[in-house]
Amino acid sequence: MLWACLLLPQLALDAVLRRLPDPDAPLALVGGPAQWRTLHAVNPAAAAAGLRAGMRLTAAHALLPDVAMVDYDPSAEARWQRFLAAWAYRHSSLVSAQWPGCLVLEVRASFGLLGPWPRIEARLREELAALGFAHRIAMAPTPRAARVLAGLRDGLAVEHPMAMRDLLDRVPVRRALLPEDAGERLHRMGLRDLRAVRALPLDSVRRRFGKSLLEHLDRLYGDVDDALTYYAPPDHFDSRIELECEVESHTALLFPLRRMLGDLCTCLSIRDGGVQRFVLRLEHAEAHTDVEVGLLAAEREPAMLFELTRGRLERVQLARPVVAIRLLARELPPFVPASRDLFDVRLQQTLPWPQLRERLRARLGDTAVHRLAPTSDPRPERAWRRADADTLRMPQAPVRPPRPLWLLPKPIPLRDFNPRIVSGPERLESGWWDGDEARRDYYVLETSQGQRAWAFAPPGEQGGWMLHGWFA
Amino acid sequence: MAAIAALESLLATQTLWHAGRAAAIAADGEPTGYADLDALLPQRGWPRRALSELLLPADGVGELSLLLPTLTRFTRAGATVVLVAPPYLPYAPAWQAAGVDLLHLEVIDAAPRDALWAFEQCLRSGACAAVVGWPSQADAAALRRLQVAADTGACLGFALRDRRHVDNPSPAALRLERGGDGEGRPAWHVRKCRGGPVPAQVFAAGSR
Repeated sequence: MLWACLLLPQLALDAVLRRLPDPDAPLALVGGPAQWRTLHAVNPAAAAAGLRAGMRLTAAHALLPDVAMVDYDPSAEARWQRFLAAWAYRHSSLVSAQWPGCLVLEVRASFGLLGPWPRIEARLREELAALGFAHRIAMAPTPRAARVLAGLRDGLAVEHPMAMRDLLDRVPVRRALLPEDAGERLHRMGLRDLRAVRALPLDSVRRRFGKSLLEHLDRLYGDVDDALTYYAPPDHFDSRIELECEVESHTALLFPLRRMLGDLCTCLSIRDGGVQRFVLRLEHAEAHTDVEVGLLAAEREPAMLFELTRGRLERVQLARPVVAIRLLARELPPFVPASRDLFDVRLQQTLPWPQLRERLRARLGDTAVHRLAPTSDPRPERAWRRADADTLRMPQAPVRPPRPLWLLPKPIPLRDFNPRIVSGPERLESGWWDGDEARRDYYVLETSQGQRAWAFAPPGEQGGWMLHGWFA
Repeated sequence: MAAIAALESLLATQTLWHAGRAAAIAADGEPTGYADLDALLPQRGWPRRALSELLLPADGVGELSLLLPTLTRFTRAGATVVLVAPPYLPYAPAWQAAGVDLLHLEVIDAAPRDALWAFEQCLRSGACAAVVGWPSQADAAALRRLQVAADTGACLGFALRDRRHVDNPSPAALRLERGGDGEGRPAWHVRKCRGGPVPAQVFAAGSR
């Protein structure tokens, strides 16, 4: 394995600078308790005026009165590290953001896809520069060595383990990122580089410095595997866009919506997942309106998701102005693309049935499209049910005398007073077990208009016809 | 020359035919399942990529029996058949007994206005082999849209409407009216058929 370390020396500062219109104006990040405010980091313009990290706020003001101050936020730093880990995940499947202020990623597996190391390195640098993050990059056979080397010299790359050991032997102890203050103590003891430290008897080193120093050295030199916690892309999607003004019409929401769905689909394709259910939350000044979008199958086609969401959104009455919109997808199930025959003749602009079904459901409601399935209940009104769209097998209805193709939702009195009896009766006595007992004599009748009706009468009678269906 | 060529192309697309002369029409229609009816129709079956209109005096006069052989064949072949906002409940056991594979029969519930939209979407999509709708309030422009949609989606559209619309012109490729044969028996009259003269004979609906 070959590990690249991207050292981000001023992550917090870059995160602030990249959103400012004029990053060259003097700026300082301020941290520390309220009575002891100190500078956490400064940009080059502020450094040129003599400001330094660690300086007190009052001193900074005395040197440069018009320096812009931004509060230092440690959680933002962690958030941006995660953001960059997600970005790095595009280049390698093993990315770790375990150590603060840097990312390590395995690159040998990516050589086949992205080319040799110099090309990958150039690509990483180019993309990081475009994102606006200062960086130092080094590569070594172990992640720890890559991190140490990145701190020594930008662009250092060793591929062979033996060359790495030689290089590490010459690393000054204070630069070797040894645990706690071991580096400083070893330096004071007169040990200048790692070769000298490794030449010491192991027992005495363990006694004086504890086990952690030896473990660190073993992992640094690759004698012991380094177990890193790897970055895993989040298993949900949550994105929020604050609108610049209060929006009262749907059309103004469509542009940010399209961008959010684009982000969602990017996230889905990274995870190789799809989305089946998500919520579009329209935030008002105090409350919010939820627009739920549900699909029958996992999808990740941006244009289709946009069209469906738009359909749902347009049915929502915007009673109050919207100040922000948020897209929440809690579950991202695996995406199984519909298999399609290579030689299938497909017309242009045709829409497969699942997509058409989603479009219909978006406008007509979730239950509007359904199938029918027979049941074994003898009562006609219970002899059928709605079936789900993913039904794979249909039950077979028991064989019975002829049944009409049309069934009335509820029996109504037959308006024809003198129908001709075609066949019948068929006695139906059922349902005593569930309190919905039915005792009817069914007849096939022909009305004066030539319709063939399925009607019933009370047992033993031939009148008071109740129409229950049409033989269409 | 150009005028002649244009005329020939019109004849070829069957939008124009010689009066009194039976034009050579490709018999490429979708078989209706009734040999007598097929014999009456110029394409020897339901016109493909087109809307067919059935004009009925009332519901339940044999309109489904007329369509069932076609729908059965489609669903058994695995093609999707859609019923858009049917006026009654399609009674599942009876449809199954008639041979329809219910796995490929989709029913859409919709209010009348949405039903027209859904009808057009289904026709246009190309995902369905046949779409049956009840566009009771459709005007000529709406029917024209349905006809174009059926052509775009290359599917069979069936519009079931009331008989009082028979005097209104319609863009449907085929219009059948349910009437009598003069002796009190039910029969289907062809009122319009694209690509050929209207036959004088009626189709007596089988055993009924």
